[in-house]
Amino acid sequence: MEVYLDNSATTMVTEGVRDKVIKALYEDYGNPSSMHRLGVKAEQYIKEASQIIAGCLKVEPKEILYTSGGTEANNLALIGTAFANKRRGNHIITTRIEHPSVHQPLVYLEENGFEISFIPVDSTGKIMKDKLFDMIKENTLMVSIMYVNNEIGAVQDIAELGAELKQRKKDIIFHVDAVQAFGKYKIYPKKENIDLLSFSGHKIHGPKGVGALYVSEKVKINPTMFGGGHQRGLRSGTENVPGIAGIGQAVAEIYTNFDEKISRMYDLKQKFLQEISKLEGVTLNGIPMECTEAFELEHLKKTAPHIMNVCFSGVRSEVLLHALEDKGIYVSSGSACSSHHPTPSVTLTAIGLPKELMDSTIRFSMSEMTTMEEIDYTLEQIKPLLPMLRRYTRK
Amino acid sequence: MFKAFLIKYAEIGLKGNNRYIFENALRDRIKEALNRLGDYEVSKEQGRIFVECPESYDYDETISALQKVFGISSICPVAVIESSEWEALTKGVGDYVEAMYPDRSFTFKVEAKRADKNYYLTSPEICIEMGAYLLKRFPEMKVDVHEPSVRVTVEIRTKCYVYSIIIPGLGGMPVGCNGKAMLLLSGGIDSPVAGYMISKRGVSMTATYFHAPPYTSDRAKQKVVDLAEKISKYTGTMKLFVVNFTDIQLYIYDQCPHEELTIIMRRYMMRIAEKLAEQEGCLGLVTGESIGQVASQTMQSLAATNEVCTMPVYRPLIAFDKKDIVEIAKDIDTFETSIQPFEDCCTIFVAKHPVTKPSIKVINRSEKKLEEKIEEMIETALNTVEVITVG
Repeated sequence: MEVYLDNSATTMVTEGVRDKVIKALYEDYGNPSSMHRLGVKAEQYIKEASQIIAGCLKVEPKEILYTSGGTEANNLALIGTAFANKRRGNHIITTRIEHPSVHQPLVYLEENGFEISFIPVDSTGKIMKDKLFDMIKENTLMVSIMYVNNEIGAVQDIAELGAELKQRKKDIIFHVDAVQAFGKYKIYPKKENIDLLSFSGHKIHGPKGVGALYVSEKVKINPTMFGGGHQRGLRSGTENVPGIAGIGQAVAEIYTNFDEKISRMYDLKQKFLQEISKLEGVTLNGIPMECTEAFELEHLKKTAPHIMNVCFSGVRSEVLLHALEDKGIYVSSGSACSSHHPTPSVTLTAIGLPKELMDSTIRFSMSEMTTMEEIDYTLEQIKPLLPMLRRYTRK
Repeated sequence: MFKAFLIKYAEIGLKGNNRYIFENALRDRIKEALNRLGDYEVSKEQGRIFVECPESYDYDETISALQKVFGISSICPVAVIESSEWEALTKGVGDYVEAMYPDRSFTFKVEAKRADKNYYLTSPEICIEMGAYLLKRFPEMKVDVHEPSVRVTVEIRTKCYVYSIIIPGLGGMPVGCNGKAMLLLSGGIDSPVAGYMISKRGVSMTATYFHAPPYTSDRAKQKVVDLAEKISKYTGTMKLFVVNFTDIQLYIYDQCPHEELTIIMRRYMMRIAEKLAEQEGCLGLVTGESIGQVASQTMQSLAATNEVCTMPVYRPLIAFDKKDIVEIAKDIDTFETSIQPFEDCCTIFVAKHPVTKPSIKVINRSEKKLEEKIEEMIETALNTVEVITVG
């Protein structure tokens, strides 16, 4: 049996997405900037995708910018906005648990005259709201907060934060990295006071190499990519038509039968957590304090439906990962993006995870395609592995 | 300008009646190296090898391929002059000098060789006449027969060849003229260098890697395949045996004192590698060990590891400092791959304080505890070995 539980790293494309991409790649291969018929046809794909995405977000199609992925969307959102508005202020607030594609552009901005403040999080990965509001100053330009944390699945109360931020300082720009949240939550930027929203194609069964940034028409933003003036001069470069067609299709599909899919994922998550927490030496990250051994759905629903972060004490996560791989189960240790570096995980450090558990953490991440059989199989395989792996260690 | 290369070899030239074996091997290795690039003519000619290039070829690519063939002492890019008729020859050589050296204020000397002994001038006469011609055509050049800065060499065969550049080759001996050896390849810095060095003496290489899933990952294995691929640029096509070592390792872990784990493990690696080596017709084992580098490479540890093999074990790095090994690893382009941080099976269970002075007696006694299952496990490991061909 093959069980893919690394959907926060990337997802499998659907048949619908595959067909759409192939058509745009192979049949309607024109350059959307060309004057002739093939160009018009290619442009049609982009219009269609923008319509779908704008419809889901309840925004205008022209407020959607396409990028090469979540990383570029975050870079553009932060660097493009910071430089365009630097006269208004140079202070930016963010959290301690952001993805590197938010953190690193902010480090760059810090080196270029901006001041960055970091909001701490509690042991479940929730930001300390009071601290955030205390940080707001005269010169605060922007606040950037991730919707769903990629490592532990902690969810921030984005709508509540958006409202509160605007109340305290009307012109604050609110950026939300929704790479892990898009397709799992209905997000309405206008209602939730979000000015910039980044998301990616390949986390929602779309192709890799494409992402998008919602930019409220009220926000002034500079390009970070210069050239032929594509996408209203904000992101030059011939549009990735197959990618854009693919992300449009993926968005349309993921928001179909949405509530049902999400509630099914919570059921799977509940079952998984109930069972895995019974095993010896297992602790969970990102789970609300109120949760009991039953993992009541009302509490569980405060976390993301698809991410489960588990510590197996005395087991090296890399070894468990490969042992599971051997059984056809694919997971990641910590966060896949940081697995190649020996540096400890940002999020796990921020939530105060003891050092000895850092190297014993596995992330299981589901998609709408995950089934109860797969979850059962995974649990069944993990059980006998733990004592075996604990027996053979470095002494 | 260069249509051909003259390849010189040093050490082979000293061989006796079996010299042709070495020459043929060198010719074949050159052919193999160049075949990947295009349609080159490679032929043996009186103490050297002559490579004729196809109509369109890449000069740098060709040189770099030739610089990876063991047995070549130097490579001379040559210009071909179609006619040996004197006027055509002098003009050809003059044109060569003019094109090669825009600034001609240097000292030079002409050297001549004639394979065509019926040519109407003798070699010294060619030198003198050609020197005179060049002096007349390029008055800024000066003759210095003792220490010239440029040596213009003219060879007269059916066609004529002129060259003045000598690019050093790797030296050593052509792979295949000295039997075959089994390299114990880990993912580290040393073993690829060891394989390279032994291969440089004309030895074909085969390699064994010990894989310990799930403790070592597919990436760690891929790293070793990549390393083998890099060495094969020198050694030619190479077979890599991947042995699944997990069960044996865990068995030793269960049965033997933990501080002896590494040394006992290494002894079993040697035993298994020797078995594979015998199967493959290898005449020796090659390791990257260097005295005192780590606990398992002290004199005592080496003695303990060595004791289990009857086949000779070649350790070309035995007296090398790490920094010197690193230098070679960088030269042969294995360093960057070697330092990728994937765990190999020697480090996964390594004891905090492994024995550094193992007594062979004690180790043998510890190994007695493995008697029940070990032979069967070795058998299984040998039967399930994966073979990957690289290069």
